[in-house]
Amino acid sequence: MSEFMQNSVFWGVALSFAAYGIGMMLQKKFRLAIFNPLLISVILIMIFLTVSKTDYRIYQQGAEVISYFLTPATVCLAIPLYEQMELLKKNFKAILLGILSGVLTSLFSVFAMAIFFGLDHKEYATLLPKSITTAIGMGVSEELGGYVTLTVAIIIITGILGSILAEAACRIFGITQPVAKGVAIGTASHAIGTSKAMEMGETEGAISGLSIAVAGLVTVAGASVFAGFL
Amino acid sequence: MKYLRQFSIILLISLMGEVLHSLIPFPVPASIYGLALLFLALTSGLLPLDKVKETGYFLIEIMPLMFIPAAVGLLGAYHVLLPVLLPYSVITLVSTLLVMLVAGRVTQFITGKEAQDE
Repeated sequence: MSEFMQNSVFWGVALSFAAYGIGMMLQKKFRLAIFNPLLISVILIMIFLTVSKTDYRIYQQGAEVISYFLTPATVCLAIPLYEQMELLKKNFKAILLGILSGVLTSLFSVFAMAIFFGLDHKEYATLLPKSITTAIGMGVSEELGGYVTLTVAIIIITGILGSILAEAACRIFGITQPVAKGVAIGTASHAIGTSKAMEMGETEGAISGLSIAVAGLVTVAGASVFAGFL
Repeated sequence: MKYLRQFSIILLISLMGEVLHSLIPFPVPASIYGLALLFLALTSGLLPLDKVKETGYFLIEIMPLMFIPAAVGLLGAYHVLLPVLLPYSVITLVSTLLVMLVAGRVTQFITGKEAQDE
């Protein structure tokens, strides 16, 4: 079986789609945020690989094709943004300041808790880019001397966490405006959170998509300053 | 044909993003350059929306799927994650919630204030 998996072109992709399909079914049925399709599919695949004693790298080799579409998909976030142009123009200052304060909160809270837990510089630098998109975050972590693999893991966990918590957090924190929701979700949990924001509404999704780009760029500058603190 | 053309345009812009990424020495990924290029093309009227719309929204819709391979890669990182699991979990959870709170409330506060001023 594992020889077949190594040579097969489609099983990794097929497994991913099937697992995601199950995740969507569960979400539809239970309507609970914890039944996040991405989370469910990742857990299902991990169980499958462990039970079948398959190396995850063999799966990744096959499924990698899906990740190639990440760049074009991110590029396309410009489309909802363009369609929400009026809103963007009207709320430009609020959106920008919201993202800025969010990035500062991210960096400062990581710094404060790193001191509390007594992390060393490498462990601290690994966490600094946790809220931004993987492609930028990897570069930041490398530049500041973090563990890049671990940064990627944390970024993905942050994204999944963000998409699970998004609706409840907005409700509890009293964030009711679609634009503010978009800023909150995109700044905290990048592209994975943004796919949740897209489900919540067009405005939420568009502004969340914009926040990925802006928060990513601001973090590049901010993280290099904060890295010097510890 | 329509979808083929739309997809080609999106790929072309992604490619231009990659070219910019390799030419400009900033840590900005190709996808962000591409996003900016597409946005400029749309706002300038160079590219009508219907040349990319359907395929674009399709790609956005299936975006979460594209993170599955990387997320399953966590299996390879867990031995590095294990020793720092507790502090990392607490920091990730608390900081993610704090960012949502601050970013959302600040945005809402300013839009609310601007609406009042008008």
